[in-house]
Amino acid sequence: MNAPEQVDPVQFTDYYGRPVLKVTRWKSPHMPGYLFLGGLSGAASTMAAAAEATGRPRLARQGRLTAAVAAVGGAGLLVAELGRPERFLNMLRVFKPSSPMSVGSWILAAHGGVTTAAAASTVTGVAPRAGRAAVAVSAVTGPLVATYTGVLLADTAVPAWHAAHRHLPPLFAGSALAAAGGAAMVMVPVAAAGPARRAALLGALAELAVTASLERGQGFGEEPRLVSEPYRIGRAGTLLRAARLLAVAGAAGTALAAGRHRAAAVAAGAALLAGSACTRFGVYHAGVLAGRDPKYTVVPQRARPRVQESRPG
Amino acid sequence: MTYDPARSSGYPDPPQRVGFFTDTSICIGCKACEVACKEWNGLPADGPLPEDASVLELTGMSYDNTGALGASTWRHVAFVEKQNDAGGLNWLMASDVCKHCTHAACLDVCPTGALFRTEFSSVVVQQDVCNGCAYCVSACPYGVIDRREGDGRAWKCTLCYDRLRGGLEPACAKACPTDSIQFGPLDELRERADQRLARLHSDGVTEARLYGEDPADGVGGAGAFFLLLDEPETYGLPPDPVATTRDLPAMWRWAAGAALGLAGGVAVAFLGARGRGR
Ligand code: SF4
Ligand code: SF4
Repeated sequence: MNAPEQVDPVQFTDYYGRPVLKVTRWKSPHMPGYLFLGGLSGAASTMAAAAEATGRPRLARQGRLTAAVAAVGGAGLLVAELGRPERFLNMLRVFKPSSPMSVGSWILAAHGGVTTAAAASTVTGVAPRAGRAAVAVSAVTGPLVATYTGVLLADTAVPAWHAAHRHLPPLFAGSALAAAGGAAMVMVPVAAAGPARRAALLGALAELAVTASLERGQGFGEEPRLVSEPYRIGRAGTLLRAARLLAVAGAAGTALAAGRHRAAAVAAGAALLAGSACTRFGVYHAGVLAGRDPKYTVVPQRARPRVQESRPG
Repeated sequence: MTYDPARSSGYPDPPQRVGFFTDTSICIGCKACEVACKEWNGLPADGPLPEDASVLELTGMSYDNTGALGASTWRHVAFVEKQNDAGGLNWLMASDVCKHCTHAACLDVCPTGALFRTEFSSVVVQQDVCNGCAYCVSACPYGVIDRREGDGRAWKCTLCYDRLRGGLEPACAKACPTDSIQFGPLDELRERADQRLARLHSDGVTEARLYGEDPADGVGGAGAFFLLLDEPETYGLPPDPVATTRDLPAMWRWAAGAALGLAGGVAVAFLGARGRGR
């Protein structure tokens, strides 16, 4: 008996069950960890800029620090991910619009630069004007860092990732906002954290809505039930279910109690951070499974009219 | 005029585009191509243990103890044993290779510029540039290119770039005793393949079909195409491969929308009394 998440067995031909694609060589925790930290950094820097513009120094300071630490940590994971880490600067050897990783490397380089400059200025008190300018720039690089990773995964032959090219950028944007809002709720006193709570709520709701659509394969093209199956089963299914529980709990805590009790704010914020991380690891593992089992490649391609017509005989 | 990848990549006056036509109907499964490729290119063994390449593996599934294309296997002979409708057994062999796609996803996504288009329109990795980011591995719709464990860089068939520059044909085609692997100008190969297909069809081999020869397919036509005797997936090939970079403009639009949404969400959250509750 199949669990409801699973599609009924499909008829298709393969070569001794071997994968058609190469299973991604991107590693865990590096790649999903980077997706999480990059998102956290991007949304945090955007919130820092908004906090500064509206005169909220505590949120601004926390946002600057979170953005810088997460950017540096994320970049470190990316370098460790390489087969030849000592050649990481080759990423900036060319600018290739056809490569989301090339575009992303330049965005990340700019974002890492401005967020560390802004944080350094906050910590040392040196060059406050330059610090403010850096924060303003990071309000542009931040949303880009948080969302380009959706294109990074979608521009691959991995069926579950490519078919989700409409889902991944908004999913990652929502997930990033939930994480950055959650981080601020953990670190900033309740009285000063109102906007962070609203941001976290918006982010968590977006994350929940897009995940629900992703798991159903809405807008996935051919064989949506099958191509979206890796999001519902196995390790990815477990992680995404955990992400949903954490987001719901975190959002409820944010809406009901985090404005009154610091302990509730810390708990809700931590739940949102953990939920965001689970989302990224879930999406990553869905791609691993989608690359490993040939049915996810063969069956939807077989269903295309082009292929149907070209059958000889 | 047909689309010429080399010309579009900036070679003002490239030589004729060359490639492979692999006619699997006359493949005898001798694996001379696999051996010649390994020999010429100095490729290490790739057994099941990344830490000890000298350990070899028997797959136990057929005469195919190679398994798949990979970082150190640039020709792979597939052996298919398949029950046919008449109750007999179809024994199919096919030598697979990098397709040197007209629109190559691996090349598109490579962030370092390590992958490049040669003057012959083939697709080659510059090993002194590749930093092993592995994006190409996930981008290739055929599962061809891979990162070599221990070495850290991505490797695949070069269409024997060094031999081509010296006026020689690739090692696999040279070694193939039945001319199942044919090397030459792509236009000529396509004509030859059409003739061969017509011949097979008139002989009653109706299951014969070409794979990868159509410039209208998802990769703009392969530089290495095939005559198959069964559906592509029977040999482990995708039925309708697509270079996903063709959807890149749409993907970036969704990302731009999401980025604006994120900025908008932050703006909404921070609206309200200025500086309240600092
Ligand atoms: S078959 Fe794969 S590795 Fe070869 S050129 Fe096409 S995309 Fe690149
Ligand atoms: S692994 Fe090497 S060849 Fe492949 S995309 Fe990365 S830099 Fe380019």
